[in-house]
Amino acid sequence: MEFEPVIGLEIHAQLLTQTKIFCGCSTSFGAPANTQGCPVCLGLPGALPVLNRAAVELGLRAAVALGCRVESTSIFARKNYFYPDLPKGYQISQYELPLATGGHLTLPDSDIDIGITRIHLEEDAGKSVHEGYLDSDRKTYLDFNRSGVPLIEIVTEPDMRSSADAKAFFVALREILVALAVNDGNMEEGSLRCDANVSIRPDGQSALGVKAEVKNLNSFRFLERALDHEIARQHEVLSSGGRVIQETRLWDAGADRTAAMRSKEEAPDYRYFPEPDLPPLRITEAWVDEVRRSVPELPAATRDRLRAKYGLTRDQAEQVTQIRPGLAPYFEELVEASAPARAAINWTLGELTRKLNDEQTDEVGVIRERISPESLSRLIVLVERGTISGTVAKDVFEKMYVEGESAEAIVERDGLAQIDDANALSGTVREVLSQHADAVEQYRSGKRGALGFLVGQVMKATQGKANPKVVDKLLREAIDG
Amino acid sequence: MAQTLIEVRDAVVTGATTASNVCAEYLDRIAAVDGTLHAFNHVMRERALKRAAAIDRSRAGDDPRPLLGVPIAVKDNLCTRGVPTTASSRILEHFVPPYDATAVSRLEAAGAIVLGKTNCDEFAMGSSNENSAFGPVGNPWDPTRSPGGSSGGSAAAVAARLAPGALGSDTGGSIRQPAALCGVVGLKPTYGRVSRYGLLAFASSLDQVGPLTLTVRDAALLLEVVAGPDPFDSTAADAKVPSYTETLDGDLRGVRLGVPAALLEAGVDPEVERVFGATVDAFRAAGATVSDVALPHAHCAIPTYYLIANAEASSNLARYDGVRYTNRAKLDAPSATLMTMYNRTRSEGFGAEVKRRIMLGTYALSAGYYDAYYLKAQQVRTLIRRDYDQVLDNVNAVLLPTSPVPAFTLGEKVDDPLQMYLLDIFTVSANLAGLPAISFPAGFTQGGLPVGAQLVGRAFDEPGILRIADGYERITNWWKKAPVV
Repeated sequence: MEFEPVIGLEIHAQLLTQTKIFCGCSTSFGAPANTQGCPVCLGLPGALPVLNRAAVELGLRAAVALGCRVESTSIFARKNYFYPDLPKGYQISQYELPLATGGHLTLPDSDIDIGITRIHLEEDAGKSVHEGYLDSDRKTYLDFNRSGVPLIEIVTEPDMRSSADAKAFFVALREILVALAVNDGNMEEGSLRCDANVSIRPDGQSALGVKAEVKNLNSFRFLERALDHEIARQHEVLSSGGRVIQETRLWDAGADRTAAMRSKEEAPDYRYFPEPDLPPLRITEAWVDEVRRSVPELPAATRDRLRAKYGLTRDQAEQVTQIRPGLAPYFEELVEASAPARAAINWTLGELTRKLNDEQTDEVGVIRERISPESLSRLIVLVERGTISGTVAKDVFEKMYVEGESAEAIVERDGLAQIDDANALSGTVREVLSQHADAVEQYRSGKRGALGFLVGQVMKATQGKANPKVVDKLLREAIDG
Repeated sequence: MAQTLIEVRDAVVTGATTASNVCAEYLDRIAAVDGTLHAFNHVMRERALKRAAAIDRSRAGDDPRPLLGVPIAVKDNLCTRGVPTTASSRILEHFVPPYDATAVSRLEAAGAIVLGKTNCDEFAMGSSNENSAFGPVGNPWDPTRSPGGSSGGSAAAVAARLAPGALGSDTGGSIRQPAALCGVVGLKPTYGRVSRYGLLAFASSLDQVGPLTLTVRDAALLLEVVAGPDPFDSTAADAKVPSYTETLDGDLRGVRLGVPAALLEAGVDPEVERVFGATVDAFRAAGATVSDVALPHAHCAIPTYYLIANAEASSNLARYDGVRYTNRAKLDAPSATLMTMYNRTRSEGFGAEVKRRIMLGTYALSAGYYDAYYLKAQQVRTLIRRDYDQVLDNVNAVLLPTSPVPAFTLGEKVDDPLQMYLLDIFTVSANLAGLPAISFPAGFTQGGLPVGAQLVGRAFDEPGILRIADGYERITNWWKKAPVV
């Protein structure tokens, strides 16, 4: 019998606020353990939460971008459970009335629409540190820096039918959250986390099968692998006449498998009830409208537009919109400032990207503050006009970056303009020919490639300034007579 | 000798005495009698004297601070920076908060001097003060009797003149009932009137901080100081704080009071009934009209209260888990599991009543029971609030006894939790409805025990109930009779 997998995801995304969701402590990652805490996020007796509006604002951005309906009133609730890194003994979350409901995301290059059930706000817990200390074999340490960091939980409908769908969704969602500056997309540091609900059912059956929740899927690869394994496991259970039980399973990346964590019977009763310390969250139409206006074009739409408007290939459009949200705008400004689109995209994906890699940053602003798109476009135009060669242009770009000078000023100052004048080059050409008689001989005997070597020697002698076309012509004339 | 909070303040302001002298006198009196009463868990002798000296040194001629040099006792469930705050629980025996409750910092900003932390029922759960892990408080009128609870230490301290004023907290009557049993004034403000920041939460939707004093005017002044919006408490009301002392004109003519006669039939001690009757007569004689009012859901108040309060408590007390600042049980086996640590810590750290309430509250919130218990209780709570809203459309305040009985003997009721819960019959409704209520001395039993009466007013109409209680106090002056300790 053939089976169809049914998958829904629950994604936790840390919101990029400066301060925590219910207090004024910093949210920055990587500070020494337990240096970012106060009575509120440490759960001291008598401390009370006060909602950070910036967290709501970011939650709203995500909600609006995913086409959700924002609830005019949402309610915070307490999720009660005991764990050492949960300082109050409950997590403040939203339960019956979440921030937003009923959105969707269309998977790129397909017409598969994934429904978003809900988005709600909640606080993160602290972190239990089980390793890295001398006595880690006997002790668990606690770090409360993360306690109270704002999160949104995004819950999808069970609309995915394969691990590839799920991965594509997670990739697209991550890209949107990063583009919105809602989340930094960093799965390694745990600021974006994913759990999956997965079941399988015989083809043609509409009722859902019994699901397992797989936790700890913190990379695209793990998500895909864990789902493949879980689908295969359930398939095997059903094919051999067994029954899938409802349970929570944990992905073990080391062992490359999922393992049972707890069954439905063992699932904790969280005893949700409305949080009496926080009034209902009211969100006005005006606030939602304001957020709607501030939401930028989403990456998928940008890609479609860039391809249509500038003739970019699919690859180019993807590269320029992925990872670094500042690249596409920079590219468009280059074109606006008169660089041809073809050259502009090559520069953006070439030198600009190389520079950002060297600087180990995704912030295009690092380049922008030294070389504006307008300024770089003038450099590109110099190449297009043949005033300087592509090779020289790369050096000029480097100098512009270091010195902050304009392209024209550097070309002028360093005498980098291309030498087109045959008279000015003829001496060098003669010299190269006499030094490399063997290459000349090879060329004459039919090895055409030897000419390229000779051109290179002339270019070298002129520090790259010679116009290679003129050099090529002069060499041919000299050899062929 | 100056007795009331305002008298003490005026004596300091006029220079008749110094803050240091006043403070030393109260501390000496505590040293002399608190061995018997045990109203304090912790006396802040040195800190208080230092602060008093600082006030004496720094005060300008016309220092406008409303509580200049006034010593105040603070219930031990309000955080005081650098000073143990235990809520009378073993589990917090060694907890020293790094911050002040908003109410405490407002007291100090107003020139008051915190004398010490008063004994109470553990986590404010109880009506007799016998649930304190550090032993009960004796009633100043008869130390073999209970001072009431949970703010028993605060009430006893004020009654015994160990402090001219105190802060307490009231979740279901915890300020008013001990005030009544000790013969002092106790005010539970409107929910949201006083910040709860730094108050160890028992039931967050019911808890309020409020004053206990000898006179109504003192209560008005103390409330004026601690009330108001607070950026650290989202449930603190934004409403401006009026001058509560200014409205006290002593005029009871035209005041309309409602007495829920049917509720009183539920069983009131004959002596309390007699005193309450005389109180009604006194109001009438002073020009007030007293009519019968119906509160049809009042008989549901106790079960409703104990469902909501315990449900919230079960969650609020989860943080006392042995992981960070609470006492952690000593575990014999190094291999003991996390669950063993939790179980032992909480079994050993909490008293019987607290554990009972955590279990009841946990049950009420459990899957499958939530709708039948917690949700139903919230619905009844709405009905109780509606009853009061309707009644208070027609009268200025509801008048009723504070407690169905006068002070009872320590040990008499402690083994019968249900009997104890029923003592809250007249007080819990004000918390459920979020309304302000004041208990004031209304007379004495033939045996010489104080009896209190209570006024419940409209939301944020503290000025109204203070004015009526003050009018009555001017006629009767019960507060002037002090217990002999």
